[in-house]
Amino acid sequence: MMPRTLAGRAGFYAFILVIMLFSVFPFYYAVVSSFKTGSELFEVTYWPTFNMENYVSIFTEQPFGRNILNSVIVAFAVVAISLTLGVLASYALARVSFRGRGLLLVTILAVSMFPQVAVLSGMFEMIRVLGMFNSLPGLILANMVLTLPFTVWVLTTFMTELPKELEEAAFVDGATPLQVVRRVFLPLMGPAMAATGLLAFIVAWNEFLFALTFTLSNEMRTVPVAIALITGATQYELPWGNIMAASVIVTVPLIVLVLIFQRRIVAGLTAGAVKG
Amino acid sequence: MQGSELTRAKVRSALVFLAPMLLALALAAGWPLGRTLWFAFTDASLTDNGYSFIGFENFWNSEWGGLLEDGNWWQAVGNTLYFTFVSVALETVLGVGIALALDVPFRGRAIVRAAVLIPWAIPTVVSAKMWGWMLHDQFGLINDLGMSLGLLDQPVAWMANSATALTAIVAVDVWKTTPFMALLVLAALQMLPRDIYEAARIDGIHPVRVFFRVTLPLIRPALMVAVIFRGLDALRAFDLMYAMTANNESTMTMSVFARQQLVDFQDVGYGSAAAALLFVMVAVLTAAVLTLGRVRLTGGAR
Repeated sequence: MMPRTLAGRAGFYAFILVIMLFSVFPFYYAVVSSFKTGSELFEVTYWPTFNMENYVSIFTEQPFGRNILNSVIVAFAVVAISLTLGVLASYALARVSFRGRGLLLVTILAVSMFPQVAVLSGMFEMIRVLGMFNSLPGLILANMVLTLPFTVWVLTTFMTELPKELEEAAFVDGATPLQVVRRVFLPLMGPAMAATGLLAFIVAWNEFLFALTFTLSNEMRTVPVAIALITGATQYELPWGNIMAASVIVTVPLIVLVLIFQRRIVAGLTAGAVKG
Repeated sequence: MQGSELTRAKVRSALVFLAPMLLALALAAGWPLGRTLWFAFTDASLTDNGYSFIGFENFWNSEWGGLLEDGNWWQAVGNTLYFTFVSVALETVLGVGIALALDVPFRGRAIVRAAVLIPWAIPTVVSAKMWGWMLHDQFGLINDLGMSLGLLDQPVAWMANSATALTAIVAVDVWKTTPFMALLVLAALQMLPRDIYEAARIDGIHPVRVFFRVTLPLIRPALMVAVIFRGLDALRAFDLMYAMTANNESTMTMSVFARQQLVDFQDVGYGSAAAALLFVMVAVLTAAVLTLGRVRLTGGAR
């Protein structure tokens, strides 16, 4: 209900303004700081200057391009594998009744509640035994524990709601279950897959604990680890301009994606959480 | 007859479809978890390959005490619980407030709703660095603003002081996660029937009363789910603390403690024991929530 008095309305819009500032200002300030070098950083200012020096130096002083490439490879692989396995599994979980289905769904939901650190030592051992320490495949495998459960869960929720007649007609015409998934369900799953795929992408892109623990060299690090470990000439002198420039570079694509897909994301989040 | 044939064929292919996902989960979750729980009862370390079963000694022993007598561990437990309760409580209150405001139709609402998602989209490590810079003791925006507004007499070294460091971490988490909460609550609000509000308005009932008597009870199930998800998420927090204060004891959570033992001190057994305790805590809470949730769903609905 919009307040009816003038003062009430003014108060309402003031609150909206505070919400906007609260959400946007910290990132704006990071952008402003990313253009500052040297002693400019010692002074608090609010308007950007557009000096690109920091943006050049993070690519020349360290393998930041390589770090971005690593993050892109890991995130895309994680999304592709999660969606493929998720669509197949969600068909079985949503459209076929078999014994133990409820238990299986609860188990999958429980896995998404796992503290990441609870698999850390076991995963560390496994990754070393498989020879995947300090490599991207190791990170892709580790990320599955984070993305697969909610992918399966959201896609199952979505698939349960599709009408039963859809597949019955296809089965009468003699289609196999795999054909039904590919020809009947896949075309309808577009929105749900876009939402879960994007959420999985964000999770894999932002993942920090595994990437920090299972990589060793600068060249194998993903972006969050690279940013967390940027150091300056001395321990007490962090190059804040570089850190802010790196932060802006990895965040802008995410913000653009989120703004484009905001409705889908909210739908995916609520399907995953409210129905959980 | 043909129907049951089809059913059996479907069940068979269902199992085939499930297999890759189950294999991936077993490999990425089941096996590593099992190994971690096993390591918790051993003296394994990264420095030598042999290890042996030592029972509950990592948890408690008469020689050096074990986890249950480790002051740092209890500090980590305390930090985690404090972080979880304070940040989730603040996020819930602020999230409901923002959701109520965004539920009102006004011009530019779509833009505000999109803007609110920005903190959520920013990687945790990046948020940590952004706020670390704003909270910088010499050149930070917060000190500058606080002093020019007369709120601070002198610059505060936010991250160096153990009391303010944890508060700062809570603040960053609130900033980052409130949007998520607000959008979940907003989704619940938009599913409420509008005619109740119309009736309440005609009867002249004060909006605050309407909120506590009508809105809150109606959105409570969705709100509870959001709070529980956030709470379980906060209990395992790692990124924010590590990126802001590394392995500092005064802000260390249980996850940071476990990883420090495991990686920095190379003590796989002891680190696994800490991770196992955290896992058991989260598992018990999750099981309780799932059971209570099911009881209410089946009992309440019919």
